[in-house]
Amino acid sequence: MINFQYARANDVADAVRMIATDPTAKFIAGGTNLIDLMKEDVERPSGLIDISRLPLKGVEETSDGGVRIGALVPNSDLAWHPLIEQRYPLLRNAILAGASQQLRNMASTGGNLLQRTRCAYFYDIATPCNKREPGSGCSAIGGINRIHAILGTSESCIATHPSDMCVALAALDAKVHVTGPAGERVLAFTDFHRLPDSSPQTDTNLHPNELITAVELPAKGFPANYSYLKIRDRLSYAFALVSIAAAMELEGGTIGEARLALGGVAHKPWRDSAAESALRGQPANQTTFEQAADILLRDARGYEHNTFKIDLARRGIVRTLTQAAQATPQSQSDKKIR
Amino acid sequence: MTQANTVGRAPTSPAPTKILVALDVNGRQRQLTVAPWTTLLDALRDHLDLTGTKKGCDHGQCGACTVLVDGRRINSCLTLAVMKDGAKITTVEGLATEGALHPLQQAFIDHDAFQCGYCTPGQICSAAGLIAEGKAKSADEIRELMSGNICRCGAYPNIVAAIQQAMGTMAGRS
Repeated sequence: MINFQYARANDVADAVRMIATDPTAKFIAGGTNLIDLMKEDVERPSGLIDISRLPLKGVEETSDGGVRIGALVPNSDLAWHPLIEQRYPLLRNAILAGASQQLRNMASTGGNLLQRTRCAYFYDIATPCNKREPGSGCSAIGGINRIHAILGTSESCIATHPSDMCVALAALDAKVHVTGPAGERVLAFTDFHRLPDSSPQTDTNLHPNELITAVELPAKGFPANYSYLKIRDRLSYAFALVSIAAAMELEGGTIGEARLALGGVAHKPWRDSAAESALRGQPANQTTFEQAADILLRDARGYEHNTFKIDLARRGIVRTLTQAAQATPQSQSDKKIR
Repeated sequence: MTQANTVGRAPTSPAPTKILVALDVNGRQRQLTVAPWTTLLDALRDHLDLTGTKKGCDHGQCGACTVLVDGRRINSCLTLAVMKDGAKITTVEGLATEGALHPLQQAFIDHDAFQCGYCTPGQICSAAGLIAEGKAKSADEIRELMSGNICRCGAYPNIVAAIQQAMGTMAGRS
């Protein structure tokens, strides 16, 4: 790690003032990703502004029947919070599919959104990487790209977003509350992360001088018919090759509202309104699920080592939608995929 | 802690100031002066000579550095000591009471739940956190919630058995 200064923010306004004064500083909460990146010299902030003691740790019901999650709620506390377990079990399962319990105890809700890709070239400062050093080139496109993206890629970057929690938050239509010098604003979850295009160094639409204060869930949580299936190289404590969050309303055997989001396939949690439209009003059967998968993957493109992800995603979508329809969500401890 | 730092409050970047940190480590009040980049792991091992906590990968991937902070298990290698000012830390050295081994320590001996022993302090602290959480009941659930602790000797079946024994012992006591 390089030298850096350390200071604590006293409140949200103080934190925003401090980052405005020193734009090369960074906020730190759980630190699980930032400290690691600083050890690797990938991140070199001039200073760390400790926000971990700010009063953003509540999980509260909102007036419209949703839930507001403070940005500093640890991932483990969120997964096991009664409101989340009962009303948003898709979110619980996605969180518990990610990292280890030690990391979930440290990692914050806001920080989970802001974690960086685990592309090995991004981490290796001896190799070119447009995300780490804009304009230096992408080592993954012609390199070992087994874990990389198949959707929404650009000539600059084929990295994926690593979060499981964010896949569920995308499927659940969450909102992200942020505060900056100009005041507060709210971003739809699907607008929070961005595709790489020609500037992969920018992961999100959060401005550098803004602080995430909360993530808000709408009332609809799909507690009856949901599943989160994460497919990876080992059965626990590994990043997804492909992960699928599925949720639906069922009336008889017919699908009402449906949600489908994928992780491990793109620079952001991948949602496709056309695929969800293809589920709505249709019978909950294999043919319907296969059609939705084909629509979602219509523009998928494989690279030398990751073409397998297209078939894996297609089968995974069908399997996860089937689990959701049958109300037999994937267990995160019994690893058998049924 | 001292308030000598200037991040976010001045445009220049003077040399980092060492910061006074107070920690309750295994029931004992400790004060140490550390640079901001000192991890809790390095503070415990190099500043307080508590070398029971091990440095494995130093990247949060192996779990050898697991300690309890305010009763919760975390990776001390990814934690800055300055951020834990005022916290209560329990390391493997703090688990035994008045000469009696902690039930997990006894269970690891009873089940031969290690070979080289390097991961063992992290395994035991992690298991102490797991039992306090109260979420793992079955062997599958123990395996899943212990997956942040790697054992390259492959003592996993005995580790699970040891944790099951300690869970029974501790449930009987409470």
